[in-house]
Amino acid sequence: MLFERTLRTAALVTAVATLTSGAALAQKKYDTGASDTEIKIGNIMPYSGPASAYGIIGKTEEAYFKMINDKGGINGRKVNFVTYDDSYSPPKAVEQVRKLVESDEVLAVFNPLGTPSNSAIQKYLNAKKIPQLFVATGATKWNDPKNFPWTIGWQPSYQSEAHIYAKWLMKEKPDAKVAILYQNDDFGKDYLKGTKDGFGPKASSMIMMEESYEVSEPSIDGHIVKIKAANPDVLLIFTTPKFGAQTIKKTAELGWKPLQIITNVSASVGSVMKPAGFEASQGVLSAAYAKDGADPRWNDDAGMKKWAEFLDKYMPGADKTDASIVYGYGAAQTLAKTLEMCGDDLTRANVMKQAASLKDFAPDTLLPGITINTGPSDFAPISQLQMQRFKGEKWEQFGEILSGDVAPE
Amino acid sequence: MSAAEEVVAEGNEAVEAVPKRSMTMGTGTSVVVLLLLIAVPLFAKNFVIFQLTQLLYLGLAVLALNILTGGSGQFSLGQSAFYGIGAYVTAVMMEQFNIPYFLCLPVAGVLCFGVGFLFGQPALRLSGVYLALATFALATAMPQLLKLNFLEPWTGGVQGLVVTKPDAPFGLKMSQDMWLYYFTLFVVLAIYIFSVNLLRSRSGRAFMAIRDNEIAASAMGVNVALYKTLAFGVSAGITGVAGGLSAIAVQFVAPDSFTITLAIQLFLGMVVGGVGWLPGSIVGAAFIIFVPNIAEGVSKGLSGAVFGVILFLVIYLVPHGARQVAILGQQFAGRLRRN
Repeated sequence: MLFERTLRTAALVTAVATLTSGAALAQKKYDTGASDTEIKIGNIMPYSGPASAYGIIGKTEEAYFKMINDKGGINGRKVNFVTYDDSYSPPKAVEQVRKLVESDEVLAVFNPLGTPSNSAIQKYLNAKKIPQLFVATGATKWNDPKNFPWTIGWQPSYQSEAHIYAKWLMKEKPDAKVAILYQNDDFGKDYLKGTKDGFGPKASSMIMMEESYEVSEPSIDGHIVKIKAANPDVLLIFTTPKFGAQTIKKTAELGWKPLQIITNVSASVGSVMKPAGFEASQGVLSAAYAKDGADPRWNDDAGMKKWAEFLDKYMPGADKTDASIVYGYGAAQTLAKTLEMCGDDLTRANVMKQAASLKDFAPDTLLPGITINTGPSDFAPISQLQMQRFKGEKWEQFGEILSGDVAPE
Repeated sequence: MSAAEEVVAEGNEAVEAVPKRSMTMGTGTSVVVLLLLIAVPLFAKNFVIFQLTQLLYLGLAVLALNILTGGSGQFSLGQSAFYGIGAYVTAVMMEQFNIPYFLCLPVAGVLCFGVGFLFGQPALRLSGVYLALATFALATAMPQLLKLNFLEPWTGGVQGLVVTKPDAPFGLKMSQDMWLYYFTLFVVLAIYIFSVNLLRSRSGRAFMAIRDNEIAASAMGVNVALYKTLAFGVSAGITGVAGGLSAIAVQFVAPDSFTITLAIQLFLGMVVGGVGWLPGSIVGAAFIIFVPNIAEGVSKGLSGAVFGVILFLVIYLVPHGARQVAILGQQFAGRLRRN
């Protein structure tokens, strides 16, 4: 009797198990843009126009997915990466993204570049419930899952970076007299806000001067002279590369040696520190989240070895000092990871869900210790940075990994 | 001849005298084109409809420039500024003050007419390349003016402003894109008819007299100053409406959308469409929308060069643009009929 019941239970359990596993096998779910053989991903990049230097990011991503496809694709599916030029113009971005969605019928839009372009397409993509994955801009507003559940950022936001500088200064140099030089646009203002928020109530006593310049000014030497006259001992350089180089050069020419902190955007050795002069650049501080492709320190690093192999095979002749190649590789790897996690459920909802479930994911190109973490209420994948100091002809990271999560208002 | 007169003459040489009848199309052709414009969206995807809407409002902006250059013989590289003002006025009124879109457009038009008219006053003293440079300055300044801090509560500063797309009214079962297309078509058509009549009117004749010979025109009693500024105002006003339509269609305005590149594109569209030939405006708009996409399809890295080659071929083979093609087509048709 007892035996009989056990047997019956066992049979039942087996039956249930068979049924559920059968259901799991059959659970291949697709939205437009995905099938048994292909995943279609759309992208827009400024291949022409004022920001065309960033076009290399799109080319790197294209090459990365070619590599993935040569290795058999993601869960057996090839990635079809469709990328268009938006010339960094918002109306063109809308046109190209609509083409991707309505004509090419992509599953998701990945890594569109630029704050204006992303602002222009955000509402459209969210209304259509199409993932706007890992956008290539540092504005803080992309981390807003409540209002825009289909948009997710990637790199650390400008505000969190500035936050980190402020926190570091308060700890290391609590009596600093800080002057801020910033670009008069959303980029510079985001940094300004992050710094003030970071200082908190001490902001008014620590910041003695805020000086802004316009992108259209050919030279900002005049601003530097003006700041020097106020005699601060810390200079925060919230500029784009060209002006960063000018600032470092001019302070050296003036024989003035304040503690200088420059944005991660302008921390490029090739396009900022070298033109400014290595001698003038000694001791300048910044923060980083990615490895420098030109730094021999990473020659034996497993991740950077993979990166170099990829470059040799798929982008021969590429300039290894170009940070955009490191960037594109890291972003593409994050997408590949997300798609892999989706398994056979390639619906847009699941892509978004997986993008928001990345746990301690470390792409090959991020600094050791910095990982990508997302969650239902955390749409800021990278929010850690490490301070670095310019020494000799390269950056040297120091101190611990700092976190600067900033939620938008 | 004094230096000033020489400049005037130089400026006028660049714009060829187009007789007013050949500024438009024959009735038969017009009806066919109109029927096509009405029918195509019924069978097209939403994306294509969106592109056609783009075609219409950019065509409208080119038309505005055509009235100025082809009609009154003045150059402008500053159309992007008026376009931007129109777009921003519409966007701000719709989003910040919840005014229905169809009321925003006339306001944008009137305001841009005012700005254009006022700008026309000092610009009067300039002609030819000098006027082009003065308007160029306007186009360069506009994106920065839109970023001004004290305007930020309304304009959203550098971040721009997101615009909500209107639904079709009266419970019509029509997608937003399709409704907007027909709405745009209606506006463009109304302005086109207005423009044709304007050029055929007394004012239009005055414009053309100024274009052909300013001194002769003033000798005949045309108030040169008034009509030059008027042409500027009308052109700016129409451009403003086009800008407003673009804001609704694109659903977003940002200062960087209205750079000098846009002004140059409009200028390009006018030349490709045929200076002074109003229907050519749509052809010119099609050129500036579709040819860059074709160029990108040919080669991503060299899209600019491909575009340049195509443009060069067009200018070299048909220097008078679409108008020349249309005339050739007409002649060919006439020959066929005779045979």
